[in-house]
Amino acid sequence: MPEEANSRKTEEQNKNIKIVEDATCTFCGCVCDDMELHVDVDEKRIIKAKNACVLGRAWFAEHTIEDAPAALIDGKEVSVEEAVEEAAQTLVKAKFPITYGLSDTTSEAQKQAVAITDYIKGNIDTTTSVCHGPSGLAFQGVGESTSTLGEVKNRADLVIYWGGNPAESHPRHFGRYAVTPKGMFTPNGKKDRTVVLVDVRKTKSAGVADILIRPKPGKDFEVLWALRALVKGVSISTDIEKETGVPLEVLTDLVERMKNCRFGVLFFGMGLTMTRGRHFNSGALLALATDLNEYTHFVAKPVRGHGNVTGADNVVSWQTGYPFGVNFSRGYPRFNPGEFTTVDTLSNGDADAAMIIASDPGSNFPKKAIEHLKNIPVVVLDTKSTDTTKLAHVAFKTATYGINTGGTVYRMDDVSIPLRPAFESPFPDDESILKAIKKRVHELILKNNHSGGASGEAKVAAAVNPL
Amino acid sequence: MMLIPGRSSKQGTSLNKGKLKEEYLEVTSTLEMNKDDMEKIGLVDGDKVRLSNEIGETIVSCIGKKPEDLSEGVLFIPYGPPSSQLMASDTAGSGMPLSKHMMVDVEKIKN
Repeated sequence: MPEEANSRKTEEQNKNIKIVEDATCTFCGCVCDDMELHVDVDEKRIIKAKNACVLGRAWFAEHTIEDAPAALIDGKEVSVEEAVEEAAQTLVKAKFPITYGLSDTTSEAQKQAVAITDYIKGNIDTTTSVCHGPSGLAFQGVGESTSTLGEVKNRADLVIYWGGNPAESHPRHFGRYAVTPKGMFTPNGKKDRTVVLVDVRKTKSAGVADILIRPKPGKDFEVLWALRALVKGVSISTDIEKETGVPLEVLTDLVERMKNCRFGVLFFGMGLTMTRGRHFNSGALLALATDLNEYTHFVAKPVRGHGNVTGADNVVSWQTGYPFGVNFSRGYPRFNPGEFTTVDTLSNGDADAAMIIASDPGSNFPKKAIEHLKNIPVVVLDTKSTDTTKLAHVAFKTATYGINTGGTVYRMDDVSIPLRPAFESPFPDDESILKAIKKRVHELILKNNHSGGASGEAKVAAAVNPL
Repeated sequence: MMLIPGRSSKQGTSLNKGKLKEEYLEVTSTLEMNKDDMEKIGLVDGDKVRLSNEIGETIVSCIGKKPEDLSEGVLFIPYGPPSSQLMASDTAGSGMPLSKHMMVDVEKIKN
């Protein structure tokens, strides 16, 4: 054993180590639940995350307990209770409060966020709107031929990645779910599969691809539509290469492979949803998968980014009927992307207060949206300091889901997975804070509705029974 | 040129350390550019460039990529605060800004 490894082992033997088996990594949408975490109980940190990828290792190693206040109002330390009071007052006073984020927290916390937004007649949206939101629109228009990642592992002999770079964004997607694992009908793993990568760049993911197709930037829709035509037997001119950068013979070859495989899957990423065409791109891909079911079994799955962004879709859907971009201002949920999605509510100047949960629009949103965020009172819940916490009126430092708290998350294929925390945090978790805000918001709303003397107060006391 | 912001391994690991930390800021301020394009503008690895469009501008350093990996006219940057400076807020009724499809001008910054 090398000297360095030996010294690491000795170091570990001298510590008070707890092993957490079958823990879940919540960094990305793969939500790998086969982690073996070695926890230094005294120092409250994870010193080893067996089975984790490079991103997972960083996720577990870097989420330690920071020496920071649990709550701030305008940058000044306050108690959590004071911050809850200020957050509730801020949200109740607003005429167009928005709730946003939710992709890096538990589904239990997501549920509380929906309830708060319902009470305040606000607007709720998740990071889905700037992720696979366009795919969400396409699902409603085109439908989705879908499967779990387990079916992919056990059955898929043709795996196509379109507009993504899983080697860097979801490093275990290849090894755990779709390319190399040996499955029931794919006993030889990679040898039983053909892997196709479609991307405008030659990325690190190209290493696993048997076939690499590189369309011109912004031409995904045209390529997908040409494939649909070829699947249906419509002839395509060789001019397609001039338009898209992809030769006709490459498209014809791919169509033959797609029609003749036993189980095909199209995984698609932000290369489709964040480029010109948006939901039309996702819709074209979903329609292609549907078309191929005339010949064989074919499914399409969006590759989801954050650890519980899929949970956000699920929770918001089962509570409001819509997956994101939902407005309660009329007392019932309305769905309208482009109006009730957060880039729009901020850029258009509609929102007059915001509650941001486990997300950083202050860094990743368009400049105009960030400028508006700086001009309204913002309540932020996050595990770490970000550009968004910097601009917060009320900021809560929270425990990290999956490391400090249990709960439920949804993998990118809509499979729910429990979390097994490694060590306790001195900071409250999102769900506890949101429950407290919800309770206070409800009290304030009832008080406002019944203001008018002692009888009103009595009614409030009797009616305080939050959702 | 077309700027495509996206995830990279380094961006993913450094954000866990903290998005206000130097490593994350450096990663998200490093632009990948086709080597032939760099030569045309007179750039070498590490040079600073100003990216600008009608939305805003940002200054980043650039590194070359082989033409077979990154096509002429295409730029890649790990997404973060610098790329947000160039992102239009119009979502065309979808909720999604064109986050990976930004047309920008590239200008060498004289040392």
